[in-house]
Amino acid sequence: MSKTINLTLKVWRQKGPEDKGHFETYEAKDISTDLSFLEMLDLVNEKITLEGKDPIAFDNDCREGICGMCGAMVNGIAHGPQKATTLCQLHMRHFEDGEIVVIEPWRARPFKIIKDLVVDRSPFDKIIQSGGYISVNTGSAPEANTIPVPAQKAELAMDAAACIGCGACVAACPNASAMLFVGAKISHLALLPQGRPEAAKRALSMLRKMDELGFGNCSNETECEAVCPKEISITNIARFNREYLKASFGSSEK
Amino acid sequence: MNWFIRAFSSSIGKKQIMAVTGLAFCLFVTFHLLGNLTVYAGRDSFLSYVKHLHSWQWLVTAAEWILLFFAVLHISIGLLLFFENLRARPVRYAVKKSAGGRTIGSATEPYTGLLILGFIVVHLLKFRFVDKTGTNDFVILSHTFSHWGWVLFYIVGVIIVAVHISHGLWSGFQTLGVNHPKYMPFIRRFGTVLSFVIGAGFASIPVLIIFTR
Ligand code: FES
Repeated sequence: MSKTINLTLKVWRQKGPEDKGHFETYEAKDISTDLSFLEMLDLVNEKITLEGKDPIAFDNDCREGICGMCGAMVNGIAHGPQKATTLCQLHMRHFEDGEIVVIEPWRARPFKIIKDLVVDRSPFDKIIQSGGYISVNTGSAPEANTIPVPAQKAELAMDAAACIGCGACVAACPNASAMLFVGAKISHLALLPQGRPEAAKRALSMLRKMDELGFGNCSNETECEAVCPKEISITNIARFNREYLKASFGSSEK
Repeated sequence: MNWFIRAFSSSIGKKQIMAVTGLAFCLFVTFHLLGNLTVYAGRDSFLSYVKHLHSWQWLVTAAEWILLFFAVLHISIGLLLFFENLRARPVRYAVKKSAGGRTIGSATEPYTGLLILGFIVVHLLKFRFVDKTGTNDFVILSHTFSHWGWVLFYIVGVIIVAVHISHGLWSGFQTLGVNHPKYMPFIRRFGTVLSFVIGAGFASIPVLIIFTR
């Protein structure tokens, strides 16, 4: 038998990007502690819909912690109180009966609010488009072991590539900086031989795009690392800083 | 030269200037403290230290100009970064909690920085830009620290400096890309130890003076 709890939700409601937005209070009654956070919101939304009102809009897709679509600030922490967990994988057993839960969208100048808890994270796509790729000729796939990759490097690259681009790092950063995201994307390519030929160009253009979009400046508060559902390390930010130094002063890239 | 200026006007570039100038200040305060500690050996050793230091007047002058230049860079770029960061989140959170990353040092860095600026201005007016004819540094020192008000002012001042360094030192290394699994734990611990030594070391001097005068 699972336990049930009652919660008071204070949810940010905003009709569209131009709306001012405000908090709305909802009672979430008889919530099974086996539910995930998003399932809890589904139940609340059912009730809101039956009342003939507009349900709370929130992003989600896989609900398995792998796609990076979900995310909101829960009581002031990105993706809620559970470490290394996306919002969809957060379960209601981490909440107390009678608790007041404040739910807010990611807030950063480049992330415009589309509706309620849904934010536009396409600035991340723009950063990737500016250089987060490698250029190869199309054709049949090359033989997998043509270029040897040391196992340790491959592991580090995989750790960086675990980033799902959810945006929690930006949301949690006191400066709304995107350095953990960009650091991870820079790192997973820079660590591999396939990524080296364009490494300098990539570092410069991705950083410039990030600055242009209006993200803040990292001041090494390390809040990003603390909320990252994939536990991406700030050593990736240091690698980005290093790649930038190399690109600025050691390459012919301008 | 265009690429050079461009390199330093990006977000990482600006932070790397903050890191280099900040680490230079760490080096400076360390030597400043070592020199000042000669006061523990008494009036004569302190004055002889001052005399020896100023026998390399050209070096002192050069160092002063470099420090001034670094200070102008560190303060102006620091302010620029601070305001850019405020702009990056125009709507603040109603509820925001630390997830465990921030420290007192990191959360207060811009504010301690500005307080240090005020502290340094007073400090320079008190000890650097004063007429020293017919008196000497030891007299000025013991005269200043015969007042509890000044003793407290300096203790608070150096504690603020220590808090600033507690985040600034490792942060500087991180920004320059020096984050290595072997060295980073040491750098972080060194930052904590250094900030403690700087704080306690400098604060002990006015305390020593007021009790032994
Ligand atoms: S919905 Fe896919 S990660 Fe949460």
